[in-house]
Amino acid sequence: MTAVLQTTPALEPVPGYRLSLRRFARNRLALAGLVAVVLFLLFCFVGPLIYSTDQTHTDLTQVNLAPSGAHLLGTDAVGHDELGRLMYGGKISLLVGLAAGVLATVIGTLWGAVAGYAGGWLDAVMMRIVDAGIAIPALFILLVVSAITTPDTLGLIVILGLVSWLVPSRLVRAETLTLKSRDYVLTLRAIGGSHGRAIGRHILPNSVSTIVVAATFQVADAILLVAYVSYLGLGVQPPSTDWGGMLSAGLTAAYSGRWWLIVPPGLAIILVVCAFNAIGDGLRDAFDVRGRG
Amino acid sequence: MSVLEIEDLGVTFSTETGDVPAVRDVSLHVRPGETLALVGESGSGKSTVALAAMGLLPGNARVSGRISVDGTPIVGADDRELSGLRGRTVSMVFQEPATALDPLTRVGAQIAEVVRNHRQVSRAEAARAAVDLLRRVGIPEPEHRASAFPFQLSGGQRQRVVIAMAIANSPGLLIADEPTTALDVTVQAEILDLLRALAADSGTGVLLVTHNMGVVADFADRVAVMLEGEVVETGTVEDVLLRPSHEYTRRLLAAVPRLAVDEPRGAGTAGEDPQEPEGSTSVVELRDVSVHFGRGRRTVRALQNVSLSVRPGETVGLVGESGSGKSTAARVALGLLRPDSGSVALFGNDLGRTRGRARRSLLSGVGVVLQDPVASLDARMSVAECVAEPLRVHRRGMTAVQRRERVAEVLELVRLPRGLAGRGPRELSGGQRQRVSLARALVLEPRLLVADEPTSALDVSVQRTVLEVIAELQGELGFACLFVSHDLAVVQEFAQRVVVMRAGSVEEEGPTMTTLLRPETEYTRRLIAAVPVPDPVLQRRRRVSLGLEASA
Repeated sequence: MTAVLQTTPALEPVPGYRLSLRRFARNRLALAGLVAVVLFLLFCFVGPLIYSTDQTHTDLTQVNLAPSGAHLLGTDAVGHDELGRLMYGGKISLLVGLAAGVLATVIGTLWGAVAGYAGGWLDAVMMRIVDAGIAIPALFILLVVSAITTPDTLGLIVILGLVSWLVPSRLVRAETLTLKSRDYVLTLRAIGGSHGRAIGRHILPNSVSTIVVAATFQVADAILLVAYVSYLGLGVQPPSTDWGGMLSAGLTAAYSGRWWLIVPPGLAIILVVCAFNAIGDGLRDAFDVRGRG
Repeated sequence: MSVLEIEDLGVTFSTETGDVPAVRDVSLHVRPGETLALVGESGSGKSTVALAAMGLLPGNARVSGRISVDGTPIVGADDRELSGLRGRTVSMVFQEPATALDPLTRVGAQIAEVVRNHRQVSRAEAARAAVDLLRRVGIPEPEHRASAFPFQLSGGQRQRVVIAMAIANSPGLLIADEPTTALDVTVQAEILDLLRALAADSGTGVLLVTHNMGVVADFADRVAVMLEGEVVETGTVEDVLLRPSHEYTRRLLAAVPRLAVDEPRGAGTAGEDPQEPEGSTSVVELRDVSVHFGRGRRTVRALQNVSLSVRPGETVGLVGESGSGKSTAARVALGLLRPDSGSVALFGNDLGRTRGRARRSLLSGVGVVLQDPVASLDARMSVAECVAEPLRVHRRGMTAVQRRERVAEVLELVRLPRGLAGRGPRELSGGQRQRVSLARALVLEPRLLVADEPTSALDVSVQRTVLEVIAELQGELGFACLFVSHDLAVVQEFAQRVVVMRAGSVEEEGPTMTTLLRPETEYTRRLIAAVPVPDPVLQRRRRVSLGLEASA
């Protein structure tokens, strides 16, 4: 048994990141997810440069047109080109989702690393705050906040970030607990190295895999959350919109057979969320050291 | 007829990074009642042979050749045949008793399950058989202990339970993979006695996989030495250990640290006490230090009124069994643990009262090497970054060029090529990693080196080179060393003074050659007696005299 574990690493020095990369590339689903996300980003951010449409002015002569050569996905109830709107809304969805996901991960990482590293009463207090936060549904907080104020894009990012950092903080704390008792951290402490150095140089870099995986799932969650909030009419306000808002606006049209107002944004949300989850899964497997060998 | 017959065994593992041949052309046999020791260093393939004999190799292994246990072929046998064999004809004792037992099942029930797997007996009969087995393996109050959970037993008792499970159906062959490596020496001696008695009583053949030559000398009848997947030498234990014919065996045996146990021939020279420079301040001194963990009824008293000191330039060996508090004492000396009472003086300054900048500069005089070669280095840093870390903490004024130069110097000091600086720790062997740790510890030219089991995870030949490097550098640089180890032989070679710890207190201390040859306390005497020496003739004599002592 020991022989199996010990012969392998000595065999051929493959750098860890390259092995991870190879594993990720071998995971078809994760690769497909990555491709899908890149395509969506191109579609939303580069697409409008090629397929330029007016998304600010209503055009009442062109309402509720079915897909045709002039409007590939038809038009909505106020005459916006639906394909253009999908790009325009996707920009907000992806931007808010990515930014909120990253923000949540950053807050969660710092919170979890400090709690785990400090230990003792500080850890207890910080983690009870997290427990309390998790007990309150994020959606509920979101609805209350959206009811009080009408958030702009930046506001939405901040709010989403502030309600969803709890899970990553738990993950990072658990990681920190194991890393802080590693011999190299002890050695650093024993020769007088600072706590900041221990966290910044050893603990965070070594939790990077956990953090990146958590971030991917956070982004998927955030995109879904934006969609919820906007669907309920509390997110980005018209004429601006996002995929959730488009779904909401198209809902009435569903009964009159105008599928092109519902299916594209719905599919876009599903695909992007699935894609991010697939990437997260792939990254987790790629980083998993235990599976190596 | 042999209970185990292996012919031309070859095992290759297919892994992500390609095929790894683990075992080539291995042929050996074990006769009933005989113990064959399979020895070799890590990676030699000895455990793979043991697992192959049980048919327990992982799915990525390809096996060629022939293995038969009691006449039944193992290679190519299907799962049902193998299950019928395992536990009845052949059973295995693993290294780590803590993970070999199910933590949620009472030990009696675990043994009874093994009995019922192969014999048609009622639950009550199986339970009775379990109690009998517990008695046979020397568990006191077996009726009572059968209802204990594994965590309620000590490590040695757990290993006894594992052995009870292994012999439950009187197998013809017992495979023991490092059965005593996880145990303290005194417990190891008891377990070896038990295994020896069982093998002698029931005529069971034993395949003993171990790296410990002392255990081999104590227990084996014949020895097979493995090197890089091949058996390079086979013979009786006397032949192999006393008159090795293969070059590798000779080198291996030469590297084994030997505990001097007989009265030394030149008693005058061996007993030479290090001259004690009276008056000079100790580099580190623990005064009446007590440490406890937890509170209330769960309090563990890790250290109780421990006092010890290390003087400039000397090496003090801190020895004791697991749980004796030796590592805790080292951590207190490093300021990683704050004592609940007592004080620590580092270079004459009270460590508990020094703060901030003063404390930092005090700690810059200390180097640390810890046990685990894997966990000691941050895998995300290069060797150069690892070694340079203390410089970044304490020599902030240094330029990158100066730092690189200093790192290269220290790497050469520990006999590593400069070119290693750019590599990752992952690419290094265990011995190289420990030398990188040593380089990091020495980069600030410390006055004190604290080494906590620096070589216990290494193979003996690697251990030898690492210890030699430390000793030579100590001669050149003159640092003092607090050397924590469970290995009395290593300490005897390496330390001028020794402090024996037991259950959180200092049992006795003195010059190494005095304390380890003519110990004052009964505990130290038992500790020394339990260490098997890698000489079968001498070891047999010691065992006999110990037996007489015990019966007297």
